[in-house]
Amino acid sequence: MNSASSSTAFMLLLRRDLILAFRRRSELLNPLLFFVLVTAMFPLGIGADPVLLKAIAQGVIWVAALLASLLSLDAMFRSDFEDGSLEQYLLSAHPVSILVLAKVLAHWLVTGLPLLIIAPLLGVLLDLPVDSIKVLMLTLALGTPVLSLIGSIGVALTVGLRRGGMILSLLVLPLYVPVLIFAANAVETAAAGLPITAHLSMLSGLLVLALSLSPLATAASLRVSLS
Amino acid sequence: MNYEKTDNSMTLVGRDLECIRDDRVLFSGLDFVLGSGQTLLLEGRNGSGKTSLLRILCGIRLPESGAVTWGGEDIFSLGPVYHEHIAYVGHRDGLKLDLTPMENLAMARGLGNPNPDTSPGDALHRVDLLGFEDIPTRNLSAGQQRRLALARLLVTRSQVWILDEPFTSLDVHGIELAEELFHEHVSMGGMLAMTSHHAVNLGNARVHKINLSV
Repeated sequence: MNSASSSTAFMLLLRRDLILAFRRRSELLNPLLFFVLVTAMFPLGIGADPVLLKAIAQGVIWVAALLASLLSLDAMFRSDFEDGSLEQYLLSAHPVSILVLAKVLAHWLVTGLPLLIIAPLLGVLLDLPVDSIKVLMLTLALGTPVLSLIGSIGVALTVGLRRGGMILSLLVLPLYVPVLIFAANAVETAAAGLPITAHLSMLSGLLVLALSLSPLATAASLRVSLS
Repeated sequence: MNYEKTDNSMTLVGRDLECIRDDRVLFSGLDFVLGSGQTLLLEGRNGSGKTSLLRILCGIRLPESGAVTWGGEDIFSLGPVYHEHIAYVGHRDGLKLDLTPMENLAMARGLGNPNPDTSPGDALHRVDLLGFEDIPTRNLSAGQQRRLALARLLVTRSQVWILDEPFTSLDVHGIELAEELFHEHVSMGGMLAMTSHHAVNLGNARVHKINLSV
């Protein structure tokens, strides 16, 4: 198979997954609602002191985004596994890693991108200054795709298990930690008026690394799960 | 349908295959040769390893020992190059219930090696599902969904069809229709590897039977 038809397959699968997500709209809202609710609970729980809220805002928003992403991961391959579509991907005439990349991209567009769009609103809610909100958006834009990419490996490994949820969290959360540290720290550093080039380089590096390696790992994990 | 890109001298060969599941040896020392225009019919009791053998032929499952080769090369090293030549319909239909039959077939076509002679519409016509193009697959009956799964075989140009109980939930008419498709595929130089609880009528096709229970 040539690369032209492989890119056609990529676009076809991406489009199909977006159509499927659109036809199951109610499931789409779950992670977004979780993200908003968790963040909105913090001022209620610890009091509405603006100084305190400003200090913890970036951490709260990032942890909530991370957990929302974790919550939505399982849906990435679950229905494909149950209806036999996953077998068809593995038997496709195209490299499985390309198909995996299409699935992850669709998943991010449906679950990651809405978080990115709603985040400024939550920043305002927690009294973050405008400059910090910009940095927060930037880190979310670089970081959430990494979460989806790393998560796809974990999902691929656990999709064959009946109760894979707990194992999935244990597998994936430690790998999420570097993203969390660099992203949350970037917002804090920027607020202190220091340059954040190092943080952004680190996050971009993680993204490039995940983008190039995780589809291969996910494809291999799917083979293991189905054999 | 034609196979101008595929070589009719290609054979699918299994050598000394062994399959172990949950510490039980399902079969061992299994050999077969499947050539152009031939059918491999797997028989045996439930749990005798028919599905496992078909999954080994697909390359989804690794045999404990032995190897499956396509044109002399191991199917695992061939990977997608081998998958270009096969189409598989398993226990699960591999259909998205929220998509329409047309959308399902368009996806199947894109994943494989598209057959320029058969459009998704033609394939639906062949399995007698005209008029169901645009309703969600969820609303089709079990037999209709099965026929749609079989239509997947037609939209890609695959020389080897690997079918696990293709007649499940089909009625008499559906079985006749499926047999017609199989017969046509084999008579044009295709290969067929399948399991079935029903007696299969494939006309004068060359059929090898393997009984896994003995």
